[in-house]
Amino acid sequence: MLQIEENYDIAVIGAGHAGVEAALASARLGFETVMFTVSVDSIALMPCNPNIGGTSKGHLVREIDALGGEMGKNIDKTFIQSRMLNVSKGPAVHSLRAQADKQWYTREMRKTLEAQPRLTIRQAEVSRILVEDGKVTGVATLAGTVFRARAVIVTTGVYLNARCIYGEVSEYTGPNGLKAANHLSDSLKELGIELRRFKTGTPARMDGSTIDYSKMQEQKGDRRIVPFSFETDPASIQKEQVSCWLTYTNEETHRIIRENIDRSPLFSGDIKGTGPRYCPSIEDKVVRFSDKDRHQVFIEPEGLYTHEMYVDGMSSSLPEDVQYAMYRTVPGLEHAKIVRNAYAIEYDCIDAQQLKLTLEFRKISGLYAAGQFCGSSGYEEAAAQGLIAGINASMKLQGRKELVLDRSQAYIGVLIDDLVTKENFEPYRMMTARAEYRLHLRQDNADQRLTAIGHEIGLISDERYARFLAYVAQVDHETARMEETFVGQTPETAALLEKYGSTPLKSGATLAELIRRPELSYEALAPLDPDRSADISERAAEQVNIRIKYAGYIERQMRQVEQFRKMEKRLIPEDIDYDEVPSLRIEARQKLMKIRPASIGQASRIAGVSPADVSVLLVWLSRKG
Amino acid sequence: MDKTIAAVSTGMTASGIIIVRMSGDLAVEIAAGVFRAGRRGKDLRKVKSHTIHHGFIHDGTRDLDEVLVTVMRAPHTYTGEDTVEINCHGGVLVASKVLSLLFERGAVPAEPGEFTKRAFLNGRMDLARAEAVADLISAKNEFALRSSVSQLKGAVSEKVKSLREQILDRIAYIEAALDDPEHYDLTGYSETLLTELSPVMSELNELIRHADDGAVLRQGIRTVISGRPNAGKSSLLNILAGYERAIVTEIAGTTRDVLTEEILLRGISLILMDTAGIRKTGDRIEQIGVDRAKEAMRDADLVLYMADAAEGLTAEDLEVLSGLSGKRVILLLNKQDLLSRAMDTDSPEFIREKNKLVAFPDVRVLPISTVTRQGLPELEETISGMFLMGELGFNEEIVITSLRQKELLKEALSSLQLACEAAESGVPEDLLNIDLLNAYGALGRILGEEVDDDVIDRVFEKFCMGK
Repeated sequence: MLQIEENYDIAVIGAGHAGVEAALASARLGFETVMFTVSVDSIALMPCNPNIGGTSKGHLVREIDALGGEMGKNIDKTFIQSRMLNVSKGPAVHSLRAQADKQWYTREMRKTLEAQPRLTIRQAEVSRILVEDGKVTGVATLAGTVFRARAVIVTTGVYLNARCIYGEVSEYTGPNGLKAANHLSDSLKELGIELRRFKTGTPARMDGSTIDYSKMQEQKGDRRIVPFSFETDPASIQKEQVSCWLTYTNEETHRIIRENIDRSPLFSGDIKGTGPRYCPSIEDKVVRFSDKDRHQVFIEPEGLYTHEMYVDGMSSSLPEDVQYAMYRTVPGLEHAKIVRNAYAIEYDCIDAQQLKLTLEFRKISGLYAAGQFCGSSGYEEAAAQGLIAGINASMKLQGRKELVLDRSQAYIGVLIDDLVTKENFEPYRMMTARAEYRLHLRQDNADQRLTAIGHEIGLISDERYARFLAYVAQVDHETARMEETFVGQTPETAALLEKYGSTPLKSGATLAELIRRPELSYEALAPLDPDRSADISERAAEQVNIRIKYAGYIERQMRQVEQFRKMEKRLIPEDIDYDEVPSLRIEARQKLMKIRPASIGQASRIAGVSPADVSVLLVWLSRKG
Repeated sequence: MDKTIAAVSTGMTASGIIIVRMSGDLAVEIAAGVFRAGRRGKDLRKVKSHTIHHGFIHDGTRDLDEVLVTVMRAPHTYTGEDTVEINCHGGVLVASKVLSLLFERGAVPAEPGEFTKRAFLNGRMDLARAEAVADLISAKNEFALRSSVSQLKGAVSEKVKSLREQILDRIAYIEAALDDPEHYDLTGYSETLLTELSPVMSELNELIRHADDGAVLRQGIRTVISGRPNAGKSSLLNILAGYERAIVTEIAGTTRDVLTEEILLRGISLILMDTAGIRKTGDRIEQIGVDRAKEAMRDADLVLYMADAAEGLTAEDLEVLSGLSGKRVILLLNKQDLLSRAMDTDSPEFIREKNKLVAFPDVRVLPISTVTRQGLPELEETISGMFLMGELGFNEEIVITSLRQKELLKEALSSLQLACEAAESGVPEDLLNIDLLNAYGALGRILGEEVDDDVIDRVFEKFCMGK
């Protein structure tokens, strides 16, 4: 058989949200990179919901941006509606979410990829990963072509042995009828990689011209749009936005679902994969939360140049006739026509406990994994892992230290640590509740947490880094000035305080002391602050306000972070033989051998490793070291 | 900087001196604050290292105990840190009060094995001894974990669990709303929260108020009645429990089939545990009971091992007894009433020999009958004798655990107070959730439970999340 060989440094299998970040990072860091996809027309496809960001996911996008990833920039170019969620709550849970024009998103990402030197896009199904002596050497396609590579990143998403199911119909395809990848699973198994089966689902898309919006509540975008990327000028993205629409299911909807529940492949047992507890299908909601008499349904545009509308909140794998019946009970959808029906999808993925925190397989040097293949769900979770895998494959080839963000540095750190360290039984979705130090891991300070790291790695340019440093200096200076500037008991002060319902001053106070009052803010105090420079950007002002207002909480959190880091810094040698450590309980010993934690901190998070085991390990290590 | 730790470093017995030890940077400072010197006002901060001082421990209003205090400064101490040892003379109760006072002034309860661990980490221990440290920590931790839970009175443990659940529900609602603001609304939730937390806080207050008067924790000599089935264990428990008519509580084990009663025996408090009969069995349920019986014996301060005098000791009995080496054991040869000739006229040597007990010189042997009550006064006499001679005492871990649990109750309460203050002053819910989580964590530590993914699981269980 003719075997054509091509030579690359890094090969990325898959061109979804994980794949594109991985490939861009590799190529940008100087490596000849080839990225495979089953369909070049489906790069960075959004096969499910038409939005980027949201609670905790918005944080991930900001972090990706601060490290030099692409997702934030791409959604800033292609969004059609934007909202900051949770603004009435603390700054740590403010979350940006934007509706995307799906096709536009794909097109812009493809443009960026094509413009990237050293990056080759190749449509082909990779069927084998080539490994020699425990080291990856490349991949082979179904056609038999060999692509040599020193590192390979698997980002196959939901395509491995994919099966789409609704009712009695089951098709062996990826999402949207795209070709599934049916051969790679066998190669992975031969390499000793254990696979499992997860499941997820998507709702129907409706023809918007058949929807009666007058029966729904309109949801508009924010008046003032905030960009995702720290590089995007807010002024450049203020634009006309499209609306989303809110409606509800009702008793009739639920009755139809209940009466047909035996026809659902989920309940009949045809679907074996484990689905997420987050975003359950509508039949799941109706069964599990039977006390709720209605569920919210959001009608969201799929793009500017299509009528297709996404029915958010009603994913399903019921048969098509039941889908028609149930959707049409929803106010506004009485006469709606389905463009694409809802379906569930099952796919092969791994338990990420087989990976190191760098996302490299423990067993195979140079083989990395990222995205839904690792058992996560969501575009943003995938992109975050893709970026880290791309960075680490590159660091490894450069002989540099690989990047592991810890739980106190970034949501990305929480995400990867959770995937690699903990037991996950369902597609993993990021949530702010998962972050112990969320007061520190805010979306507004992602740049302060990560830009320096991105610069050090080589994905943040010197110019951008200089701009960032100037911004931080300005915020530092302005914060200090607030602490030092006094206001007296003047009539102006009294009038302003009264306006905001704030108690009058008994003696003088600093501006910072006033900012700490819940009813006041940096912005509100402008009239009392004649020395305020006009150069302070909106973002800097917000930052000063947060830093001062929440200083007490932030300080408390930083003390916890210090404690936490102590344990993270106590590294466990890679070649540790747990059989030699006396007094470990058997369960702990087995878990430690399986996961091989990098630090005492990571060890302490493994289910089945008790504080006593950690003490034992600590004592043993200090004796060795 | 590591925290300053304190604990009782000797067993808590009725006789002799009890040493309360404190180690860490603040040890001398804390001791100086509670020490009132005998005649001249001596300041412990200024005394030379490795000197002993006579005086009183004073809680601000009164003297708790007359003591000798040893001040030792780093690095030449057991732990390698500043160390203060307080020799208390006033018995178990007073020593716990002294310890409690140290906690109030900034010391924290030592983790099991922590003095030794620090000694090791500070290089104060040679390699040979260090080998044993890991074992020690592991064993002590395991014991502390078991005892802290088993020590809680059943009703109290249920109460703590229920308070904890209530707090978790609040946390989960807030988290659900933060994560899915389009489904769950927090408008006006602060006021709801204040109303909902108020009963939780008063119940916590109640628990703390009663923590010292023995209503919360079982304290006493852990005495396990064991033996093969039908040896008369339950009869003995009933007799002992009824004998003094001083039953404090009676709780059937909810998770383990060990029946526990607290009794006062000649003024000494015993936690009496009746366990499943020990025998090899194929029945899985019965096996669980047997395992629990063995576990109870492992943690016991005193084992009353019962055997049928007529049958004599079987190989199985002897196997169990040999597993109890190092423990205080009294072997009760029961059913004397069924013997044709009572045994109490036999010489102790003869009884030992006859029952193959020569290999167990430390095991005391008493012939009894739960029917005629023969031998029971002697049993009482033996137990109180052992206590007064200092052979029997409370395990020091238990006293520590009880104080730690009170500290945790207080921590939970003060976290809830912080959360309420925050709610009143309009602090956003995600911030006050930090305090709620602290309270939840503190109550969890009382029950020996970690937080892990409780919040996430509760969110998914109770709330329909995501679009």
